[in-house]
Amino acid sequence: MADIFKGYKGGALAALKKYKIRVWSEAHVSTSRGEFKGIILPRSENDDANHIVLKLATGYNVGIAIDSIEDMKEHGYKEAHYKIPEKEFPTSPDRPNIKLLGTGGTIASRLDYRTGAVIPAFSPGELYGAVPELADICNLSTDKLFAVFSENMGPKQYITLAKAIEKEIKNGIDGIVIGHGTDTMHHTAAALSFMVQNPPVPIVMVGSQRSSDRPSSDAALNLIHATYTAAESEIAEVMVCMFGPTSDEYGLLHRGTRVRKMHSSYRSTFRTIGDIPLAMVERGKITHLHSTFARRRNDRNVKIIAKFEERVALLYYYPNMHPDIIDSMVDNGYKGIVIAGTGLGHMNKPVYPAIERATKAGVAIYMTVQTLWGFVHMFVYETGRDMVAKGVIPAENMLPEVAYIKLGWALGQTNDLEKVRELMLTPVSHEITDGEPYNGYLVYQGGIPEVEEFLKKFHK
Amino acid sequence: MSGKFDSPSNYEKSKKQVGYIPRNKATKQTYTKLGFKCGLEIHQQLKTEKKLFCRCPAGIYQTPDDFNAEIIRHMRPTLSELGEYDGTALMEFKTRKNITYRLKNENACTYEIDDTPPFPINQDALSIAIEIALLLKSSIVGELHITRKQYLDGSIPTGFQRTAIVGIEGSIPISGKKINMIQLSIEEDSCREVSDIGHERIYMTDRLGMPLIEMVTYPEMLTPEEAAEAGHYLRFLARSTGKVRTGIGAARQDVNVSISGGTRVEIKGVAHISWIPQLTHNEAFRQKALLEIKQILANKKLDEKKWEISHTAISERKFSNDTIPQKDIRKNKYALIGVNLPDFKEILSFFTQPGKCFADEISDRLKVIACLEKPNLRFSEESNSGIDWSVVRQKLESRENDVQLLIWGPYEDMKMALETIAERCHLAFAGVPNETRKSLPDGTTIFERVLPGPDRMYPDTDSAPLPIAEESIIRLQKKMPADVSENLKQMRKWKFPDDVFAFILKKNLFPLVKKIIKDFKLHPAFVGTLFGHNLKNIEGRITPSSIFEYERLYQLFSFLEKENLQPDIAKKMLPIIYQYPNMDFESVLTTIDFKKLTEDEILASIPDLKEKFEDICRKNHGAQNAWIMGRLRPRAIGNMELKRLWTKLDGGE
Repeated sequence: MADIFKGYKGGALAALKKYKIRVWSEAHVSTSRGEFKGIILPRSENDDANHIVLKLATGYNVGIAIDSIEDMKEHGYKEAHYKIPEKEFPTSPDRPNIKLLGTGGTIASRLDYRTGAVIPAFSPGELYGAVPELADICNLSTDKLFAVFSENMGPKQYITLAKAIEKEIKNGIDGIVIGHGTDTMHHTAAALSFMVQNPPVPIVMVGSQRSSDRPSSDAALNLIHATYTAAESEIAEVMVCMFGPTSDEYGLLHRGTRVRKMHSSYRSTFRTIGDIPLAMVERGKITHLHSTFARRRNDRNVKIIAKFEERVALLYYYPNMHPDIIDSMVDNGYKGIVIAGTGLGHMNKPVYPAIERATKAGVAIYMTVQTLWGFVHMFVYETGRDMVAKGVIPAENMLPEVAYIKLGWALGQTNDLEKVRELMLTPVSHEITDGEPYNGYLVYQGGIPEVEEFLKKFHK
Repeated sequence: MSGKFDSPSNYEKSKKQVGYIPRNKATKQTYTKLGFKCGLEIHQQLKTEKKLFCRCPAGIYQTPDDFNAEIIRHMRPTLSELGEYDGTALMEFKTRKNITYRLKNENACTYEIDDTPPFPINQDALSIAIEIALLLKSSIVGELHITRKQYLDGSIPTGFQRTAIVGIEGSIPISGKKINMIQLSIEEDSCREVSDIGHERIYMTDRLGMPLIEMVTYPEMLTPEEAAEAGHYLRFLARSTGKVRTGIGAARQDVNVSISGGTRVEIKGVAHISWIPQLTHNEAFRQKALLEIKQILANKKLDEKKWEISHTAISERKFSNDTIPQKDIRKNKYALIGVNLPDFKEILSFFTQPGKCFADEISDRLKVIACLEKPNLRFSEESNSGIDWSVVRQKLESRENDVQLLIWGPYEDMKMALETIAERCHLAFAGVPNETRKSLPDGTTIFERVLPGPDRMYPDTDSAPLPIAEESIIRLQKKMPADVSENLKQMRKWKFPDDVFAFILKKNLFPLVKKIIKDFKLHPAFVGTLFGHNLKNIEGRITPSSIFEYERLYQLFSFLEKENLQPDIAKKMLPIIYQYPNMDFESVLTTIDFKKLTEDEILASIPDLKEKFEDICRKNHGAQNAWIMGRLRPRAIGNMELKRLWTKLDGGE
């Protein structure tokens, strides 16, 4: 019964029941503001309980206030069925075999215009219907591992993914693409960089900043770039493949441990921090920017270390932080804390006792920088030296989120803090580099004449 | 090709067959016989400080070469409900356009380039839209739902326009009938096109996102004149709020036309309402012509399913440079292809619009869909084409009743070009294709794109529904201007000449005119003509030195009243006041050589003038007073009512 009033609650639900009107029915509504005719649509759970949604013949939706309703009549009924017609994905022995692993983000979708619903496309057949270019690149197979939003990805999912990757590699796949929501893509990329070591094939994470139901979406082009990278690239590392500029031009391949989402909504939100990206990818072309990278191999050897300790926290330091924040973490049994400190890696004096208490209690504390660019240097100022003396370990130029993931991964393997320290400070996949290249830090400022000239000349 | 045909007689003959007559010869019966029906979509920009879904200023324009940055996008169609692509969507995708946007820092932010979700809707714009919907007597929705309407031509970087229904139904009165409204929506304006050449289309984002309303009528206008009248009425109604933008591009019309047996064809972006009658007239006959073609093909008993074109590559050496652009073909290494259209004799030269024939229908589509710049074809029914078609016919093994085309362009576009030709010819068997057409100033139209259906709307998941409370409607209702039809009625009652209505309503001067008449107890027709004739005329020839506010005229009458001057001096002062809006009224009077005189001072000169008249023209006594009046008028205007002066004269002292 509840199903026929999809999403309606309170007064709106009562009104539908009173006039015996079902969702999906053709209704004629008389109100104090006039007559309305259309299909009754489901209502979003979070919208108020005072309106009924109607889709007019012109395709527009309107809401009708229930307190204005004088009468309602049902004329017809046609329930919507969401299904994407599948077309068989054409395969050829000449093309590489690529596996697309789904985590829940929408890579492709189609619209149900009658209801306005966006229906995700995922099976090879569905994807072929939406992005037919994929068939020129590879033989595609897909596997949906879970259906969670990006923000709900966590240790359990990292481990499942790592094991799924291992299986695919053993089975002889030529490359792996992972569809992922963008918000925490860099966390998952870091986790996979540590859990899947020395893979013989490219592992490419991809998503979209604009939903795939819109014509200007970056989803299709990102998917084309990612699939091409997985199929043809020589780089056998965990990478993120997303738009380089906001223009539809090329994608960038970022190392899983050096990439970060840097804008809440731009298409070109993913940036390599403290280094230059690995490569540029266009349709049918990869331009290497880095000369050193792990190369594709024919063997099927891969080292999987799928471990993770959940009692690890990332603490963003702010002036006036009180020691009880750190105390409560210790009291709650946290085994590791990554701090994003100010400047070169600093915190204020009042928290020192809490830090001392924490390290004495056996909590691993690592320092990173909230400036994102640059190394932690704790010997430049006295504050830094004081903290090192109290047991805080500088994490070089690991990004805060990467250090957090790595600490969880390290503590998942051992409780021996010396071993943890060794794991943390030995680079696995460029999360710590020897130095920062001169062109690794670039944040241009608009308004400066030469920058404006650049913006006019090149597509951002 | 326009106008020159192998058998010009066929063009003329077919024109006659269609029954085409010029608009000035057409009567109401002409359109009734055609089954003419027309509906309007009037787009009107709203006067707000900011744009609709972001906080960029509205109305700051740039020139095509004035930009700070460019970005490039491509539009990909999304699958429809049936797993098929929408016709328009597919066509746009086929054209494979690179779309470049030119951004100017002053008028665009990351919203314009679709790198930021929308901000909450501009409340000022929404209030204006509701006010206009109320004036249309529409039913206001309980809750505003922002909807995405897909556009794949790139005119909006997201690929869709954010739009929402504010009210449905409603009506407007035009002479002798009522026109019903379908709806009023509020929406964001699109980009302005800079150029569209080959596969490159360029837009500017200055206009993008400005608030706009769309008023849509049912197709109830049965003559071109009715369509124009309804158009004017809707424009006056919007302007009566004083809250809409005016000037070039601030109001644009889409006009849809159909005739019996034809199809709804939409003519987009009509810049002036005065163009509507000619455009709709021609479109009605174009549809009639296409229906005649359909009949001819039916009479030929061709099997449409089996009908197909054939083609062959041809060397450009076989033709001279004045018949085809041989040099371009060579320089750009273009393909030159001969196409055979079996049994299409007399179809390509068949009349469609004044100066145009069926071959233009193909040529227009080749430009838009296959990106072949014009001229892009020659055909064997042109006169004096200078082309030796026997070469083409021989290569294509054409039969007697076949027609041939020559097309040229980049090799990679030829597949699409041939498909386009075949598609348009196949559509001829069915009659009038569903399409949107672009209006040209000469009253004809060209193909723009396939007409999209309602199946391109879906909810904007980036915005929450917004309730429209009863209180806000009541508040708006209290401040609403009077109905345009009431204003018209009042002006007729005041005995304003008919030709002043448009100016007063267009400029939204009715409230001011009414106030002046009432507050200064002036003769209504005097005020009406002062605005509708004198002011209109002045506006047409004089450029003011700074911004002229119409309120200045109220101040003028207030000044005249205070100074105890007669209102007719206003007509003499008006050109100066308009040209120098900042000049004080005293100085205006000095500029026009006005001297303040009492009635006695004016009348004192009558005896002298009488003497003078007798010196000049003793015999004609009857003309004496008129002659004296002529001498006195310049001095009397402003100082003394002329009627009173005449009475004094005629009273005979």
